[in-house]
Amino acid sequence: MSSKDGAATPALDRSDVRVRHEEGLVDLFWSFVDRVRSGDLGMLPVFVGLVLISVVFSSLNPVFLAPNNLVNLLFDCATVGVISLGIVCVLMLGEIDLSVGSMSGFASALVGVLWVNSGWPVAGAILAAIGSGMVVGFVYAFLYNRLGMPSFIASLAGLLAILGMQLYILGPTGSINLPYASALVSFGQILIMPAWLSHTLALIPGLVLVLSGFSVMRRRRAAGLTAAPMTFLVVKALALTALLEFGVYYLNLGRGVPWMFGFFVLLVVILDYALTRTKWGRSMFAVGGNREAARRSGINIRRIYTSAFVLCSTLAAVGGVLSAARLATSSQQAGTGDVNLNAIAAAVIGGTSLFGGRGSAYSALLGIIVIQAISNGLTLLNLSSSLRYMITGAVLAIAVIVDSLARRSRVSHGRA
Amino acid sequence: MTEGTGKAPASGKPILSLRNVSKKFGAVSALTDIDLDVHAGEVVALVGDNGAGKSTLIKILAGVHQPTSGTIEFDGREVTLSNPGTALNMGIATVFQDLALCENLDVVANLFLGHELSPYRLDEVQMEVRAWTLLKELAARIPSVREPIASLSGGQRQTVAIARSLLLSPKIIMLDEPTAALGVAQTAEVLNLVDRVRDRGLGVIVISHNMEDVRAVADRIVVLRLGRNNGIFTPETSNQELVAAIMGATENAVSRRQDSKSVHEQALEQHP
Repeated sequence: MSSKDGAATPALDRSDVRVRHEEGLVDLFWSFVDRVRSGDLGMLPVFVGLVLISVVFSSLNPVFLAPNNLVNLLFDCATVGVISLGIVCVLMLGEIDLSVGSMSGFASALVGVLWVNSGWPVAGAILAAIGSGMVVGFVYAFLYNRLGMPSFIASLAGLLAILGMQLYILGPTGSINLPYASALVSFGQILIMPAWLSHTLALIPGLVLVLSGFSVMRRRRAAGLTAAPMTFLVVKALALTALLEFGVYYLNLGRGVPWMFGFFVLLVVILDYALTRTKWGRSMFAVGGNREAARRSGINIRRIYTSAFVLCSTLAAVGGVLSAARLATSSQQAGTGDVNLNAIAAAVIGGTSLFGGRGSAYSALLGIIVIQAISNGLTLLNLSSSLRYMITGAVLAIAVIVDSLARRSRVSHGRA
Repeated sequence: MTEGTGKAPASGKPILSLRNVSKKFGAVSALTDIDLDVHAGEVVALVGDNGAGKSTLIKILAGVHQPTSGTIEFDGREVTLSNPGTALNMGIATVFQDLALCENLDVVANLFLGHELSPYRLDEVQMEVRAWTLLKELAARIPSVREPIASLSGGQRQTVAIARSLLLSPKIIMLDEPTAALGVAQTAEVLNLVDRVRDRGLGVIVISHNMEDVRAVADRIVVLRLGRNNGIFTPETSNQELVAAIMGATENAVSRRQDSKSVHEQALEQHP
């Protein structure tokens, strides 16, 4: 379409004069303020939380912001973060899986038992652990779809049963040390990306943002639709790249970017693509938003529930394998304590709603950074785990309160 | 019982034909031995009192419920509508009374729900273009197709629901109380829309409580009463006869009220 045509007839999506359209950067800023005021908080709580945490903890103990402490933080993020990624999937449908902690513990125990005690090849042990996660997911899906068992109860039962299985296979010794020189353990503790690679990878998000934005803009113009202004996209990409490059530079002052964290980010990107750009993802949002409407539009909702439960348990098992690698041990303690709630809290803090139909894969990434930063900071202060539990519990409560209030505000502002 | 001699005389074999369809919910018989024919290019109105079984019948045709007994023929073949997907793919589209839209998704996502273009790499641009084109064809006034449904008014939601049912080029479209929540102008628009759909050669089934709307748009009026067929009428049938068939007797509250009203009006005319 030539610019002359564009001036004569308004674009296909601009024929209604009642809607205000944002044109420049200033308008975009105000529309962001509008969104936040109506309860569409997006990633805002995470950034506010991270700034608060950094200020408080670094004033109490300057080591908190030291590069090597942040590298350790990222190692820890990857294990629970992967579990949290699965939680995002079930929360998206308005369901819950309370057994992810036990599942990860069982998976880590299975790796130790099969690999060290039974002499399996390490890849086989890992695949068996991940396979056990898939089986558990199918069981939950069966209980939910065919027997109508609420996922809350099914996974509560699973929490105990799987914990029992973990204790059973570990036997009386209770813990198995993994070979320290193995590839798996060094992946979990030592392996760091070379500096040049991490700097190159940090360029990719900005580049993808600009290139895909440009191609979308061209296709929209060709189809007679309006497109977002390019300046905004470029500014956003530049800011993102600057932030990432600075982060990578700062981490490289210490040991550098862990491969395990890179693996976690890769999973996040894949899940984000699946949720936002595929039919499966669209169906997930639809089932979470209005299950009956989704069913009537011909979506096989049982299959959607099954996919979510299986993904959640499988990712929990992957997280368990990573935590075994991180700790170089399979023990009775793996997956117990606050792992469960940390994974759920991370997803909610990152902006995935407990009520279904809202969320994103990135909420697991950002949320787990907040959660681990708190836990790491409290450890640096030498606080006992009793205090750590109380504080983490309070943070989870605050996150859920923010979610509920934001949802109420969204309903009254017509944003669902 | 009168045979359909309405505006567009239906010809040939029906697209959809139900024989002896019954549906029981436990001890309750919602539908008993229902017969229904719908031809191409014909608007069939389904009327009846509350609890007559209209919505149950629609839900059976949409694949939401399965009939307890009886046969459904579509395009001359006997079919089993085991789930909503089967009915949709066969060409039976439904606009439910509660619209069945996902409030958290935008208009485009709702229009294409379950039938997105290129499932592994959603073609958002193409979907948006088709959404705007379809809404324009229906002369619909939707401010933006990228707003979530939650921000739209009732009439706009109805429009989105109707547009969605037309997206898959169905052979039959069923509307459950399409005008119940609409204003005067929007009701007229929906009725025009029904005419346009009929002119395209689709069969249309409309449920409505509004006798004016029914007679304005229908070629045949099928009356259900307590889950059974209770007569087929033409739009020329008087309101009183229709109400009688719906209520199951000539003697009822509505006709008594109308009688007394007309007597009262005559009295007024004579002695102003």
